[in-house]
Amino acid sequence: MAGNTADKWQGGLLGWIDARFPLSSMWNEHLAKYYAPKNFNFWYYFGSLALFVLVIQIVTGIWLTMNYKPDAELAFNSVEYIMRDVNWGWLIRYMHSTGASAFFIVVYLHMFRALLYGSYQKPRELIWIFGMIIYVCLMAEAFMGYLLPWGQMSYWGAQVIINLFGAIPYIGEGIAEWIRGDYVVADATLNRFFAFHVIAVPIVLLALVVLHLLALHEVGSNNPDGVEIKKNKGPDGNPVDGIPFHPYYTVKDIVGVIVFLIFFSIVVFFMPEMGGYFLEHNNFIPADPLKTPEHIAPLWFFTPFYAILRAIPSLGGSSFPGVLAMGVSIVVLFFLPWLDRSPVKSIRYRGTLYKVWLALFVISFVILGWLGMEQPTTLYTWIARICTVIYFAFFFLMPIYTKMDKTKPVPDRVTS
Amino acid sequence: MSGDDTNPARRRFLTQATTAIGAVGVGFLLVPFISSMAPSAKARAAGAPVRADISKLEPGQMIRVEWRGKPVWIVKRTREILDKLAEIEPVLADVTSEISDQPEYAKNPERSIKPEILVLVGICTHLGCSPTYRPDVAPIDLGADWQGGFFCPCHGSKFDMSGRVFKSMPAPKNLPVPPYRFFKSMPAPKNLPVPPYRFITDAVIVIGEDQEVA
Repeated sequence: MAGNTADKWQGGLLGWIDARFPLSSMWNEHLAKYYAPKNFNFWYYFGSLALFVLVIQIVTGIWLTMNYKPDAELAFNSVEYIMRDVNWGWLIRYMHSTGASAFFIVVYLHMFRALLYGSYQKPRELIWIFGMIIYVCLMAEAFMGYLLPWGQMSYWGAQVIINLFGAIPYIGEGIAEWIRGDYVVADATLNRFFAFHVIAVPIVLLALVVLHLLALHEVGSNNPDGVEIKKNKGPDGNPVDGIPFHPYYTVKDIVGVIVFLIFFSIVVFFMPEMGGYFLEHNNFIPADPLKTPEHIAPLWFFTPFYAILRAIPSLGGSSFPGVLAMGVSIVVLFFLPWLDRSPVKSIRYRGTLYKVWLALFVISFVILGWLGMEQPTTLYTWIARICTVIYFAFFFLMPIYTKMDKTKPVPDRVTS
Repeated sequence: MSGDDTNPARRRFLTQATTAIGAVGVGFLLVPFISSMAPSAKARAAGAPVRADISKLEPGQMIRVEWRGKPVWIVKRTREILDKLAEIEPVLADVTSEISDQPEYAKNPERSIKPEILVLVGICTHLGCSPTYRPDVAPIDLGADWQGGFFCPCHGSKFDMSGRVFKSMPAPKNLPVPPYRFFKSMPAPKNLPVPPYRFITDAVIVIGEDQEVA
């Protein structure tokens, strides 16, 4: 009897809520009755992992804000205070700093998945665009967050990146001054970056994640075969090659989260600086506006674009061409859905041409990433130039080689 | 209201007019928010001149002074360094400093008032790093042709001992020379003043009253 009453009360409460808020229908639409293709593989972990890392960053970020001081006089010491004197402060800060790098690892793999299986192709162009805006916001978030410890790398990294805007002809210097709020990177810059890092960008990011997921759930997920599962519906109206996201993929993604946490914990506890790649050595020296460190490089996730910037020589008394090339190298990604003219989505049914180009692209991206961390020498500059050409050729020649490519026939149903 | 009273054209006009006025209002409201991010009155006022004592500067030595938040370098060049300035001219991008920034009195090969004293804003004209002073000749990392100068660690731009940029470098211009002038001595001719004071007991002191003459 008691159980019966409890059930009635449960149903009653849910019914009461459902009459006022679409709780059950939202749960069904996005989880319990959202049919995802049954053939998801390893590459499909990284979307949910990205969401998981976002939660880590928000929670640890709130706790860091409790002790951090966004003031040029106090910032560096407040971070050291968090590391030494605040209970568990070191753990929370290392989770946040490792989380930043983990975010980019996960997002790069997530984006590579889209390249493998053509997940940006029609009708998923908007999912890709929202995702790209998320990526750009993430870069802004990481860049502004890196200024906050007010170390040497924070300071000079910000100085260089803000000066990129200064290279825009005529209006550039005014824009750079407006961003800094001073004539050099100073207290005003730190304070506003804190405001953007802690409030403005996270709000935009969360909104974009919602848009990204709404667009995904409207058209349905792509899969390693690039077959539209909605074309084959069973008598119940559900795709025959689909399985409900919950419980099937929620459980699968929890396994992914656990494996991720194993690697994440190893880094947090045993190598939080990751040999200078996650936290650069020079950033343990307080910012000195009079002296640039001997060797400065941005954090690893920006280095491919930084290498492109350095590869382009200045033209006609202006460093704008390099800045433009770097800007274009990111903007061009937005146009991917329209550059790809292939009739098939997945790499499984594409020809050799796309496979070769994708491999070249990945290799040059990785080499550029490595070069961006090294001191520029004549040889390295020339390697960077070759890789930059390949990087752009991958995109600009895409309409040609994806059309020429000999594709294989795509099956009607997903393969097992 | 019955349907006969509606006038769609008037409604459309009113909607568009309201939208347009609203947009103008939003435009005006943006002004304080955008302007608020520009350098504040305090930041603009911080551009006062600074003085540096160069009487103890050794030949070849560089000192850094902060001016408007930027590093300013003062280098005392030797005769030897000045003689090499002409040799390096073929590899420079802006030999006569045509497109670079300096006061008119520093637009010469030495880019200075007194040839041996070089004053530069130590900010790379590429993306604002502060280059490293490298007076050493032919070091391993910069090559056998290096005659001393400034090297930017960020993007590899090279400058000679007058802050002139080499050809095909990321930096488009020579390092800027700030406006400066020489004084005979530092402007503090007197010691800090001692005010009148006296002791009431060993523990209490009165400032502003002379000691009673015993």
